[in-house]
Amino acid sequence: MTTTAEAGASVEASPLPPGDHAIATRGLTKRFSGGQLAVDDLNLAVPRGSVFGFLGPNGSGKTTTIRMLLGLVGPTAGSHELLGVRMPEGWATALPKVGSLIEGPAFHPHLSGLANLYRCDAADRTADPRTSRERIGAALERVGLTAAAGKRYKAYSLGMKQRLGIAAAMLGPRELLILDEPTNGLDPQGTREVRTLVREIAAEGTTVFVSSHLLAEIEQVCSHVAVMRAGRLVAQSSIEELRDGSGTRIRVETPDTDDATSVLTALGLADVRGDDGEVSAELGVLAPESICAEMVGKGVAVRGLAVMRPSLEDVFVQLTGEGFDVNG
Amino acid sequence: MSTAELTLAPRRVAGIGLRLFRSEVGLTFRRRRNQALLVLLGAVPVLVGIALRLTAKPGNNDGPNLINQVAGNGVFLSVGALFFVLPLILPLAIAVVSGDSIAGEASTGTLRYLLAVPAGRTRLLMVKYATSVTFCVASVATIAATALVTGFILFPVGPVTLLSGSTVSLAAGLGRLGLIGLYVAACVACLAAIGLAISTMTDSPIAAITATAVLPVTCEVIDAVPQLSAVHPYLFTHWWFSYDDLLRDPMVTQNVTRGLLTFLAYTLIFGSVAWARFTTKDITC
Ligand SMILES: Nc1ncnc2c1ncn2[C@@H]1O[C@H](COP(=O)(O)OP(=O)(O)O)[C@@H](O)[C@H]1O
Ligand SMILES: [Mg+2]
Repeated sequence: MTTTAEAGASVEASPLPPGDHAIATRGLTKRFSGGQLAVDDLNLAVPRGSVFGFLGPNGSGKTTTIRMLLGLVGPTAGSHELLGVRMPEGWATALPKVGSLIEGPAFHPHLSGLANLYRCDAADRTADPRTSRERIGAALERVGLTAAAGKRYKAYSLGMKQRLGIAAAMLGPRELLILDEPTNGLDPQGTREVRTLVREIAAEGTTVFVSSHLLAEIEQVCSHVAVMRAGRLVAQSSIEELRDGSGTRIRVETPDTDDATSVLTALGLADVRGDDGEVSAELGVLAPESICAEMVGKGVAVRGLAVMRPSLEDVFVQLTGEGFDVNG
Repeated sequence: MSTAELTLAPRRVAGIGLRLFRSEVGLTFRRRRNQALLVLLGAVPVLVGIALRLTAKPGNNDGPNLINQVAGNGVFLSVGALFFVLPLILPLAIAVVSGDSIAGEASTGTLRYLLAVPAGRTRLLMVKYATSVTFCVASVATIAATALVTGFILFPVGPVTLLSGSTVSLAAGLGRLGLIGLYVAACVACLAAIGLAISTMTDSPIAAITATAVLPVTCEVIDAVPQLSAVHPYLFTHWWFSYDDLLRDPMVTQNVTRGLLTFLAYTLIFGSVAWARFTTKDITC
């Protein structure tokens, strides 16, 4: 177990230029004392300013990774930097600039939402007490909890609890927001609101690292994604790269299945599959219109032609070997 | 912190954590359970006072020492009440607060957020201990205060006759009482350090509270077994009742000093255990 050093204030920034990565890990590994390998040799590079989706099915190691990033859990091996500061030594420098939601919200049940936020703020010794009222008010406003601020936390609905958790993560000016499954337990409306919030926060220049086991819930807001499977990183790229790199197919409807198949094969397309009245192949680099022209030129009766981009969902099922839960 | 970082984040210079301490004290004293404990502790002198008032017969000097002393002077009710709560009720109250300190935050999940804020592990531990000590002082003060009020109402009050037979003024007697209060607070502050250490070892507050509460009772049992006399001086509870010596003239400080040193040693050892455990612990809840 790695010790969490307490001498954070004087830690030097890393050699990496600060504008480079909000999160960078090298070989981060966690084996729990029970022997469970929760995270295995993880190399993450989260560009500053990105909305980084951290995806993977339940139990794939997302929360454990986030706990390591924040210095809550000591890695068995590897190292990482947060906002260019080495962790866990640099916790006192890095963490005040990081807001987090870790495995669901947690507050004192008998205190009001407002009192809970005051307590969070009091724990941050870099937070200015003279501005705490405004900052807390602004955070409550942002998540739409102003009216319910005086209610006891235990009387909050699941969605309100989640929102209070997000408010607590935004009490100060943050350079990085780490949100672990922020849409868990929210209804579709609440999920949409979280997405809107993430977009707004990102628009202000804050890097957002958001984990989910439900791809569809965050796909629309992410600029980058990483996919975990059983503790290992199976993909990491910008969302366009991921889409493009993964077998877009062309599908031709035709009665002349055999001719169409030979045309596509002659063009050098991979994975040509002929079926009754339908032929498909991986599109590769060729333009669909030139394929169509070639077919027509060879006398194939083309009744329909479609380019099929796989949904990200399909890509992830490929990568993770299992589907994402449909409804949580 | 580099200058670049300072300009990046317009933050004040980090404080030492008084704000967190104030928040923590507020949380502790506003909590119903802890308020109930203080009420219970405050009720003990009232009950003891009434019982003594009903049983004591003025002029009868063959009864137990304490009864006669209280009957003769209400100031002694404080001493009597502390004597009454020290074996069980007071340690129980301290066990509840100190055992809950870290384990309670772990069980509600708020510990991970305090550390992610970041509160700092060492600082959080110190704030938690300072809060437990505050609760120790408040507990003893509550007992002493209600005992004084009850004593003044139910019994005659005047110059204080000490255990050694000489008499000092009421003010000097109250001064002695203050010293006794501080000594008893030190007794339980040492227990609070043990409770803090136990609290870092588990995520279950009930387990931590129970273990902390059972410990002084176990020590008192061992302290009562003559065959184990060799270890008696090393038991922290062995010195708990040495405050008697503060009621003699001149004050006998030998045992009290030995007691305070024992408490200090326990506090340092268990404080270090708590620190070593808590600063390296994986926070997985
Ligand atoms: N404290 C722990 N002790 C042992 N194993 C753990 C602990 N926490 C998590 N794990 C295991 O580590 C793996 C990853 O868990 P987690 O990081 O919570 O995944 P996710 O957040 O992606 O659902 C799981 O197999 C889980 O059982
Ligand atoms: Mg998780």
